[in-house]
Amino acid sequence: MKRYLFRIIKSKIISVILTLIVILSTIPFLLVLYFIIKNGISVINWEFLTSLPKPVGEPGGGILNAIVGTAMLVIMALILSVPFGILVGVYLAERSEGRIAFFSRLVSEILQGVPSIVIGIIAYLWVVKPMGHFSALSGGVALGIMMLPLVIKSTEEILKLIPREIKEASLALGVPYYRTILKVIIPAGLSGILTGILTGVARIAGETAPLLFTAFGNPFLNFDILKPISAMPLLIFTYAVSPYEEWWAKAWGASCILVLFVLSLNIITRLLSRR
Amino acid sequence: MSDIVLKTENLTASYDEHIVVKNVNLSIIRNKITAIMGPSGCGKTTLIRCFNRMHELSPKAKVEGKVLLIENSNEIIDVYSVDPMLVRRKIGMVFQKPNPFPTMSIYENVIAGYILNGIKLKKSEADEIVEESLKKVSLWDEVKDRLRKKGTFLSGGQQQRLCIARALAMKPDIILLDEPTSALDPVATAKIEELIEQLKDTVTIVIVTHNVGQAGRISDYVAFMYLGELVEYGPTDVIFTRPSHEKTEEFLTGKIG
Repeated sequence: MKRYLFRIIKSKIISVILTLIVILSTIPFLLVLYFIIKNGISVINWEFLTSLPKPVGEPGGGILNAIVGTAMLVIMALILSVPFGILVGVYLAERSEGRIAFFSRLVSEILQGVPSIVIGIIAYLWVVKPMGHFSALSGGVALGIMMLPLVIKSTEEILKLIPREIKEASLALGVPYYRTILKVIIPAGLSGILTGILTGVARIAGETAPLLFTAFGNPFLNFDILKPISAMPLLIFTYAVSPYEEWWAKAWGASCILVLFVLSLNIITRLLSRR
Repeated sequence: MSDIVLKTENLTASYDEHIVVKNVNLSIIRNKITAIMGPSGCGKTTLIRCFNRMHELSPKAKVEGKVLLIENSNEIIDVYSVDPMLVRRKIGMVFQKPNPFPTMSIYENVIAGYILNGIKLKKSEADEIVEESLKKVSLWDEVKDRLRKKGTFLSGGQQQRLCIARALAMKPDIILLDEPTSALDPVATAKIEELIEQLKDTVTIVIVTHNVGQAGRISDYVAFMYLGELVEYGPTDVIFTRPSHEKTEEFLTGKIG
């Protein structure tokens, strides 16, 4: 009886310690959220979202250029990485053995580990240098390369979970292999693939380093992909290191929007993958 | 014997040099139920997967010999010399585990063969095929009010009948059933067996089973396979009462398998 009691106490203590550790681990995130919202929320209003920056000293102004810039960069990254990433993911799930699959999986994993600044340099070499100037396109290329391994991995993982029976059912109806992939396998994994894409967007939306010498930043509104463009993290970087107090406030506001955007993407992802 | 619909000639199938089906010569009779029975691993599933060329989907799979699909006396298809897609539309298949398409509704699942192959159907034609196929598997009354719901919401037995309807909708000559009741409870099994017997007027049925009772209950002809070889084949009542081979008798009496 005594030993039994001792075990219960021991088990209780351990579960209390574990609970404390779990709570502790959420503290950094909650602190980040707290400070960003506390400092940022007061700056955010309609004008902040819909107007362009004003010169230092003039009140008002917003970050429309950065919002448009980030949206364009994300769209370009999606166009570059999604079709290609899904195709590679399908290949890896279908032909999981074999030399090509082995190497492409390896390369994709290494690519995921490459520091983002290095990817920025690559985009600089590939796009900025031949073109002779910074551009939104080069930033999109950099972010697209960053996103590629994420799309490949999530597509491969989700497609591997689809039962073989589903594929056989389609083939046994006389459906050609390519139609089976397009009409049965990919739709069956669609929510998982979307989850992967959203995670990828959340990941690249806040990237600063690869944009420093590609998209470069632009205080004006720009829709031309061949010209430099602003982005949320670039704007935050520029404003935060500036000597002007009002710019610091704007950096907080922009950070708040960026964090809330990424947070809601992650929540959507969670909801999607729970289904 | 009478009207033959499918014939194998010296059919040998292997996985990665490992021979699973050895030199099988078998003639399936039209509009009858043929059961293929035998202990686990005897090659019965592989044998029927050779009929509709599903076997070759496995890596390192090989098939030798011939399979002939006899549509009528002047139209004979050499299964291994035409497009496998054509063969699979003429020889349907139902698998061990019910596998309706998870993204499709009940309605779409029935005509999945048309949708996925990109064959355009008029709304009235599609409605007709769906109703007719679901009636054939006695599922119509159970699902007619929720045709737009996902097929995966049905019970296991209903899902399996949906899969049979999906195969029937393509109007095949033969339907291959690969242990279609092994994942189902006894009530659902009885329903499927009843249904199979009703279907033989419209389609030839080949059913793989390791359940002797099932083979005895529903089949007209029975083939016994052992270690990849076709040991005995004939009318069910003959094989079950007077098996001519010792192994068949041992299997029927439960000594092997």
